[in-house]
Amino acid sequence: MKVTMFHFMPYRDLPDDFPGKLPSAWVDTPWWEYGDANKVTDYYNWSIDELMLAAKVGFDAIGTNEHHQNPYGFMCNPNLFGATLAKLTRDQGLDQVALLQLGATISSSPPIRLAEEYAVIDCLSGGRLIAGLPTGLGNDVSVSNGITPMEHRERWREGVDFILKAWTAKEFFAWNGKYTQLPKVNLWPRPVQDPHPPVVIPGAASSSTWDYCHERNFPYAYLSYFGGKSAYNVLDRFWDRAAAKGRDANPYRASFLQIVGVAETDRKAEEIFGKHVEYFYHKLLHLPLYYINPPGNADYKSLLNILSSGTNLLQIGDFTTDLKPLKAKDMIEKEFVVIGSPATVREKLEAMAKRLNIGHLMVALQFGSMPHELTKRNIELFGREVLPHLQKLWEDQPWENHWWPKKLRKRPVRQREMATA
Amino acid sequence: MVTATVKTIPIRHCNFEAKVKTAGNGPPLVYLHAAGGPIWDPFVEGLCEHYTVYAPHHPGTGETARDAIHSVDSLWDLVLIYEEIFDALGLKSVPVIGTSFGGMMACEFAAHRPERVSKMVVLDPIGLWREDVPVAPYMLMPPERLVATLYKHLDSPPVQAALQMPSDPKQVAVVTADLVWALGATGKFVWPIPDKGLKKRMHRIKAPTLIVWGEDDALVSSVYAKEFAARITNSRVEIIKDCGHVPQVERLDVLKPIVANFLNA
Repeated sequence: MKVTMFHFMPYRDLPDDFPGKLPSAWVDTPWWEYGDANKVTDYYNWSIDELMLAAKVGFDAIGTNEHHQNPYGFMCNPNLFGATLAKLTRDQGLDQVALLQLGATISSSPPIRLAEEYAVIDCLSGGRLIAGLPTGLGNDVSVSNGITPMEHRERWREGVDFILKAWTAKEFFAWNGKYTQLPKVNLWPRPVQDPHPPVVIPGAASSSTWDYCHERNFPYAYLSYFGGKSAYNVLDRFWDRAAAKGRDANPYRASFLQIVGVAETDRKAEEIFGKHVEYFYHKLLHLPLYYINPPGNADYKSLLNILSSGTNLLQIGDFTTDLKPLKAKDMIEKEFVVIGSPATVREKLEAMAKRLNIGHLMVALQFGSMPHELTKRNIELFGREVLPHLQKLWEDQPWENHWWPKKLRKRPVRQREMATA
Repeated sequence: MVTATVKTIPIRHCNFEAKVKTAGNGPPLVYLHAAGGPIWDPFVEGLCEHYTVYAPHHPGTGETARDAIHSVDSLWDLVLIYEEIFDALGLKSVPVIGTSFGGMMACEFAAHRPERVSKMVVLDPIGLWREDVPVAPYMLMPPERLVATLYKHLDSPPVQAALQMPSDPKQVAVVTADLVWALGATGKFVWPIPDKGLKKRMHRIKAPTLIVWGEDDALVSSVYAKEFAARITNSRVEIIKDCGHVPQVERLDVLKPIVANFLNA
């Protein structure tokens, strides 16, 4: 299995009484009341250092993402960070690590710029880019960036088509799209990876996204904060759709994101990480449905499916109210988060990966208010006690990972192994 | 209760199959619905007593194909679709009534083809923007806040009747999906701020116009009444007291004679 350390880059010092009466942490948190640019200087630098530490302890990839106008995570352009990490990993001899950009939101930026930026990262890193092509959340795309919700998905489809063509065309071309018109496209630079970097489509359980992935033979990353158990239904249906579209059950077609905290014992882990878990779910995930899905964002069929099913797909109706009664203990029990001793975490993550049939796991080892030192300890302990175990998963199977940079497909030899060899 | 039929009109522009609900007796009148989709309410029923009412369904709403909205790219497309609907129905010069989003579309059409609109009534229209009194972001609200933004007296019987949901849960799902989709389909032409250039075009409107506003409209403040009046040459304003954004529901008793008198004058 390929394991990525994924970072949201959150605001780590919101006051205890946050969010108070704020209807949403996203869009509605006044910077002038809560934000401190000097603290943010630390957050950005710590986050980059934490991802670099993950690269050092042997992660297969380090991952960044894009969100706007919120304290949950504000790498407004993940490619600023991807470029920084490409340079730092190269200089520090960490050429085994892939850069998972999960990624630049396609619908709200000029696709030509995204094609260029991804190509830059691939060049800078010498061919280590994995290009995430996310549709993005309604609040980011439509509220923070003003894109008409009804056009969100169409813009994404056109943007993806454009980027793939701009990377690969061996001729000048004019692009006469609905949302992008360019008289002469001749992208400089092009990616190092041939024909183009592997792509991955992140999503939040929309059936139309699964079909899109299977039709194009693209892998899918299910982004959920409700743990492996709540993902059974989603991934099961993803694999059903794969079979229906004539695709095999290669686990590398799927990835899953999981919040993880490791300490010496289960009890200690719960003590250490509990408050950061609650900070994440109660403060940062204070995000109402009307922002995530403004009218027109979900297509009519999906809308009717969700409303008719009677049960919410995510088993969570409204993040702003339904999460609040849950304590860290509950969220550990429900396995929204995987918190425990190395043995517990190994066991739970392995069971989850097998049940979901995923070949890629993304772990968030910094979440919520976790300070820098604790995050480093989490990364080191995970890297030493859990990571090597997970990386062996699927190795006894014949599946090939077609969706990873070619030069990095073998399991990396970690620096510590080399040092003790 | 009048019997309504739905006319299907193939439109060349955008290849849109238009649906126009029609009922009543008398001279023709066009009714343009609000952002929530077509509603055949007691106000429209009342109009049918004296007029043959034509109520086109906005692309993607009502009886139209849901995906039809994806082939209508711009406000310009939408205005041209209305022109083709007028052509197909043989409506040379008729009164047009529009509510909220429909009020904006009535103004857009009357600015585009001034001679096709003989009289115009707009009820709490959107379409203009004042920074000091912004239009409420009605697409970004939980249902309970949206309802509280639309109506002043939530408990009043006509409002309760307007909010009545079907008893069958399957029907509730359909009605809810239709409402959300209608907000998205109309919102395509006003997102994220309902100020798409109407202010530059309104000087072209020739129709004598009645601008009606609920005094306590929380979605688009009644101060906008004078903004519309200032830009439509031959217009006058009627403010309805103790009323929110939807006078045709909240104060039909007051609205009905005002509209009738204006149309009959």
